[in-house]
Amino acid sequence: MELSELWFLLIAILFIGFFFLEGFDFGVGMSTRLIARNQIERTVMVNTIGPFWDANEVWLLTGGGAIFAAFPNWYATMFSGYYLPLLAVLLCLIGRGVSFEFRRKVDNPRWTNTWDWVIFFGSLLPPFLLGVLFTSMLRGMPIQADMNMNAGFTDFINIYSLWGGLTVTLLCFLHGLNFLALKTVGDIRQRAAALAKKVVLAVLGALVIFVVLSWGMTDIFKVRPVMESVLVVLIVLAYVLSYFFINKKREGLAFTMSGLGLAFTVSAIFAGLFPRVMISSINKAFDLTVYNASSGLYSLKIMTIVALTILPFVLGYTIWSYYIFRKRVTDKEQLTY
Amino acid sequence: MDPVFLARFQFAATTIFHFFFVPLSIGLVFMVALMETLYVVKKKEIYKKMAKFWGHLFLINFAVGVVTGIIQEFQFGMNWSDYSRFVGDVFGAPLAIEALLAFFMESTFIGLWIFGWDRLPKKVHLACIWLVSFGTLLSGFWILMANSFMQVPVGFKINNGRAEMNDFLALITNGQLWVEFPHAITGALCTGAFFIAGVSAVNLLKKNHVEFYLKSIKIAIIIGLIGSIGTALSGHTQAQFLVKTQPMKMAAAEGIWKDTADPAPWSAFAIIDSYKKENKFEVNIPYAMSFLAYSKFEGGLKGMETLQKEYTVKYDSVVGEGTNYIPPVKTTYWSFRLMIGFGMGMILLSLMGAYLWKKGRLERSPLFLKFLLPAISFPFLANTFGWVMTEVGRQPWTVFGLMTTADSISPNVSGGTILFSIIMYLLLFTILASVMIYLMVHEIKKGPESLHGIDSKVTTDPFNKVGA
Ligand code: HDD
Ligand code: HEM
Ligand code: HEM
Repeated sequence: MELSELWFLLIAILFIGFFFLEGFDFGVGMSTRLIARNQIERTVMVNTIGPFWDANEVWLLTGGGAIFAAFPNWYATMFSGYYLPLLAVLLCLIGRGVSFEFRRKVDNPRWTNTWDWVIFFGSLLPPFLLGVLFTSMLRGMPIQADMNMNAGFTDFINIYSLWGGLTVTLLCFLHGLNFLALKTVGDIRQRAAALAKKVVLAVLGALVIFVVLSWGMTDIFKVRPVMESVLVVLIVLAYVLSYFFINKKREGLAFTMSGLGLAFTVSAIFAGLFPRVMISSINKAFDLTVYNASSGLYSLKIMTIVALTILPFVLGYTIWSYYIFRKRVTDKEQLTY
Repeated sequence: MDPVFLARFQFAATTIFHFFFVPLSIGLVFMVALMETLYVVKKKEIYKKMAKFWGHLFLINFAVGVVTGIIQEFQFGMNWSDYSRFVGDVFGAPLAIEALLAFFMESTFIGLWIFGWDRLPKKVHLACIWLVSFGTLLSGFWILMANSFMQVPVGFKINNGRAEMNDFLALITNGQLWVEFPHAITGALCTGAFFIAGVSAVNLLKKNHVEFYLKSIKIAIIIGLIGSIGTALSGHTQAQFLVKTQPMKMAAAEGIWKDTADPAPWSAFAIIDSYKKENKFEVNIPYAMSFLAYSKFEGGLKGMETLQKEYTVKYDSVVGEGTNYIPPVKTTYWSFRLMIGFGMGMILLSLMGAYLWKKGRLERSPLFLKFLLPAISFPFLANTFGWVMTEVGRQPWTVFGLMTTADSISPNVSGGTILFSIIMYLLLFTILASVMIYLMVHEIKKGPESLHGIDSKVTTDPFNKVGA
């Protein structure tokens, strides 16, 4: 395997990590308006993700940084080409991030309520927008010979990308519900599980339509027929199992399965792209690939050594932190956020 | 409107805004870690109260620091895509390492610290805040490495029209980094110290929690002394380095048009005419410039006109003929003066504080205490002017000697799009800044007692298996 291919894989892993982790805290953010009945319940929910959301977001930042370092041309084309959607993602993440900290700093229900709305939209929109971004990348964007992308409205927004956005949002929502069922007690836990049972069915439906659309509107099944088919089977299997475990009240396993579902979905997107990183809808010759968009060999070597040294530590203390906060959160204890 | 201008405006606005919060975070978390250490070592509740109260204010600031940082990470690709293509190979590496090494560390351990007061053994909890502090330093180190590359590019070769890294060690040992990093960090210590000093002073004047704020202000005075003298010393080494690596920036910062006499005087005040390329009126301190630049009382400096000729010979082949290599002189000159002025002010205040403390009169010196509230702004202003001088003084380059700012922008992003995003950011920043100031004042008014003991209700044993 060439180093640039290895870096494509590492970046895919960073995005899998991002969706697996931030996926559930996006989902919890959506749930604060969809299943919480009052402010105390919202507070409990926000506190389930309190110690984690910032570190989860760093997976995205590291993914972005890794694209910059390993594939400068990919970074340049994607970030300048998707200017407005990324601006929207930024505004959402900014609003959401400060809201956790601000929401209960003033003893006034209207103050808290305002920031809670920011948390809701800040958690709902980013997965949708990122879903739109990744699926429109799969379909191909108008990238010219000089690697610059000048996209119009319908390049971003079309049936395929909208459905992709919706699907990713649903996957995160389900993942968040499963997380809540795992981390809370009593009423919230029950309601989360009950809703999760319905959302799994919606997820399965959305995924089937998404696969059909991908078949017709992208070339991923032609480029990697075997791999994509296997991944589709795994995705469906994960969600069927998730449904099964929710019914059995095995919340940990249900959560793991919705996480795996997200992981396989992201894998399918990256596998469909490879060896391209950005597909040109104008001309195949203008595609950015892991070969023509990457950094020099020296740079990649250094980055590989650095990443492989640090990553185990990151994983180690991340797991430790989840272990420390493994207990269910209730309204009987001191809630920090 | 001109996209280059808009992109520059946006970069300046977002980084300056980010760098309002960054030094306060770096400084405060270090001091909070000190306070918690005192608590663990001396076992006195008051130090725990201090760590909690100042830690609380730190967290509000940290939240805004974090979210404004996300913009930084994205905007190189969004607004400066040609720049990113050209240097991503070298420049992306420190950014990615910063995220991997520093951001994960900060964010994970801050979570453990906030939520872990009663879940973690004392010493482990203390270790968490030190790791956050260490993380902020690492973050500064790696991002300043990226910035240092733009000031003094090293460790690369040009290949296929792109700068490719060929010596990582050279990036780490870049002389610019090793003068810039200590300066930025000592500046951050000042920021934390003057914040705590100012807030404590207000409360001491009102005789609120005298013991608490007296202990706090003493720690602040110590850190303030170290920080302010440290910035002056490290600033001095930076100036010496600067004359060698970017003589044009130094000449602009001094308003030197023609070569100076030997020894060179330091200009304390000048009315500069950038069109006629002359100064109408000057107040000079003899010998001082030679000392700042060479640490001895001899040696002259080249003026901008001489340097323009030298740069023309050297760089016109890179960027095209007739390029003006002189940066905006007045901005560079005055931001340099203001930074140093506020720095001197801080040294003075710290010394005065130390003197009053020694005399045991700290809490009974209303005039001094009254002055500390507005002095909270000094380090913020010095930091901002420092960056303005560093970055504006580097113009017309983004990467010195390699790439100009005009060549760095995204060719596929229109002025209108950038303008729209600027408006969105400015709206957002106005809201964030207002809320943040409101909350800070609100928390300070509530005082340290409001936090004390609020989490004593939880009695969770971290190694208890039940409910896992
Ligand atoms: C890419 C690395 C990079 C880094 C780490 C920094 N800068 Fe910078 N800075 C630039 C890259 C840059 C730039 C891309 O080169 C700009 C944008 C347009 C320009 O002229 O230079 C610039 C401009 C710029 C300006 C306006 C200059 C002008 O437009 O005339 C200011 C005030 C700052 N920066 C301040 C900062 C601050 C406060 C930083 C720390 C957080 C900082 N810079 C780090
Ligand atoms: C222009 C270049 C910069 C970029 C791309 C950048 C990027 C970022 C990002 C993405 C974050 C958020 C991390 C998180 O979510 O935890 C952040 C926060 C931070 N940055 Fe920056 N940053 C820049 C400049 C600087 C500089 C020059 C320093 C220090 C000298 C610095 C120090 C920090 C620190 C300490 C934090 C932690 C949050 C806080 O302080 O409130 N950054 N930065
Ligand atoms: C008291 C005497 C001081 C001197 C002689 C001094 C000198 C310098 C010089 C020469 C630079 C430009 C470096 C370059 O362009 O490569 C600089 C930058 C800077 N200064 Fe100062 N400085 C002083 C005080 C301060 C103080 C008190 C602060 C903040 C509290 C501060 C904050 C900064 C910052 C943030 C920068 C930009 C980052 C950097 O290049 O390190 N300075 N200073």
